[in-house]
Amino acid sequence: MLLQDNWRYSWQALIRHKLRTGLLLIAVAIGVTSVLLLTSLGEGARLFIEKEFSAMGHEVMIVLPGKKETTGGAVPIYGNSPRDLTIDDAIAMEKISTVKAVAPIIAGTSLLSYQGKSREVITLGSSADIFSIRKLTVSHGRQFTNKSKDPGQAVCVIGSTIKQQLFGNINAVGKWLRFSGQRFRVIGVLQERGESMGLDMRQMAIIPIQSAETLFDSPALFRVLLELKQSGSEKYTEEKLIELIKKRHDGEDDITILTQNSLMSSFNNILNLVTASIGAIAAISLVVAGFLIMNVSYVSVARRKQEIGLLKALGATSNEVRLLFLIESLLLVSFGVIVGLILGYGLTNIAAFMWPTFPLAIPWWATLASISIALFIGLLFSWLPASHAAKHDPVLALRGN
Amino acid sequence: MKKAKVALIELQNINKSYVIGEQPLQVLKQVNLTINKGDYLSIMGPSGSGKSTLLNMIGMLDRPDNGEYKLANKSTVTINEEARALLRRDHVGFIFQNFHLIPRLTAQENAELPLMLAGISAKIRRARVNNVFARLGILDRAAHLPKQLSGGQLQRVAIARAMVMEPDILLADEPTGNLDQRSGLEVIELLEELNQQGITLIMVTHDQQLGNRANRQLTMVDGKITQDISANVIAR
Repeated sequence: MLLQDNWRYSWQALIRHKLRTGLLLIAVAIGVTSVLLLTSLGEGARLFIEKEFSAMGHEVMIVLPGKKETTGGAVPIYGNSPRDLTIDDAIAMEKISTVKAVAPIIAGTSLLSYQGKSREVITLGSSADIFSIRKLTVSHGRQFTNKSKDPGQAVCVIGSTIKQQLFGNINAVGKWLRFSGQRFRVIGVLQERGESMGLDMRQMAIIPIQSAETLFDSPALFRVLLELKQSGSEKYTEEKLIELIKKRHDGEDDITILTQNSLMSSFNNILNLVTASIGAIAAISLVVAGFLIMNVSYVSVARRKQEIGLLKALGATSNEVRLLFLIESLLLVSFGVIVGLILGYGLTNIAAFMWPTFPLAIPWWATLASISIALFIGLLFSWLPASHAAKHDPVLALRGN
Repeated sequence: MKKAKVALIELQNINKSYVIGEQPLQVLKQVNLTINKGDYLSIMGPSGSGKSTLLNMIGMLDRPDNGEYKLANKSTVTINEEARALLRRDHVGFIFQNFHLIPRLTAQENAELPLMLAGISAKIRRARVNNVFARLGILDRAAHLPKQLSGGQLQRVAIARAMVMEPDILLADEPTGNLDQRSGLEVIELLEELNQQGITLIMVTHDQQLGNRANRQLTMVDGKITQDISANVIAR
């Protein structure tokens, strides 16, 4: 039998049973659409985080106190070290030739109060470089400068949400706030930017590092942000940083260095895994569709016994009969896949249009996987009924037994 | 000079039994039969006498439990199912009592089926089927679905389907069983015409009158050939 005749014969069988074909087609299409939609959510999350990191700039490195082996585990957020990183360590880092700016950070929570209103706020103590490194700008007032390293400078820049909660609609710039009892003058309000690397900058306050040292009564740094003069010098800078810290920490390189790329790569690994997992869960619906195909194919074989008997009487071999039923399933699954792809891509585009801030995108591998899984399942689950059809005794089949 | 007879079908000591319930039922018992090329043979007998089983055996739809069946001097019992299917396709045409046309296919497509299974291109198929349809007087029904045809037309489509591969043997199982008298007669005359053109015609029938038209008449009772009357004997 010529292949084109095989396809045509199977196609005629499919269109003859429109309802059965339609229902199976929908089952396959739902499976493919589910895989595409769910993986697009995972991929969207990955792209969103990538965008957040990109906003920070690719030339940024983060130095954490303590050594954390990076053998594929989660990204270390807090180091683990008996020896703290200090402001002097950060000042020494400024001398590395490839480093453009250094922002040491002390972090803690303070109770901010103004005229009877108060709230607990995460307070970052840093140098003025934090504004350039984290690409933070102020909507009102100004940032503090590096001259503010003088502990006498009790000034602060606050996030937009805090400003609204404590000051309402009045101008906060120039007002005095109490940080856990200590007075700080508001010199700027941060431009509303939303979350950055998991920190909501709208709900934070930034004060000069020396002021934070006094406020929290601790010289230990939470981390140090470094901005490099140019990208590509990460490796050299890392070596120099380790050399520097070894010299300053009695031969111990007890720091963890994170580059933008390593952080992104870790997040990528996690999110790719999450995306693949939810894709696999969605693929269960394709397996369900496979069982449906098998069930309906068995019914179809039973109802077409006389046709099978006739084909055999006319000289069709068992393999030819098997192939006819397999091609019928393959056609059905292929149309289901096409409808699923149209639905999946269509709905993703509609969702992307409705929520432009969340970059929904179907990863290429999800498209490829959904097509291959659907075709594989279609063939696998129709193999048994097709083989059953091929084994029919022609005499009994012609009688409809 | 009289043309020498060539044996086309040779059945030797054929036995066949089926298990019905728990009891084995022997439907063919030591059947010996030789059919020559161009013969016109009718097989008659009561229900359950083994007529259709013998026909299926000759058409290689069924295998004997033992014995030998040679088609054109070649054994058909030692070859596998795939080879038997190909032999069936090339040498045998079937005509059934209830036509066995596929309802979703047109008359043309139904008649094309054996050619399609043989891998013949659509163009040649169409030409061959048109030619046969013209001979059978149903060319104007080519695009009709089976449900749009009368009983006589349905059987003509089935005959066309059996003829398109130009087989050596036509096996007809009660070909007029579902037809009125007039259509039945037309179909029989058509089959006899094909036989006169050289095709070996073997017909199972309950109808004594129809059976008597054949040159050779077999009667079967209880799985055995009890009577084998040839035309020359009938004439005498």
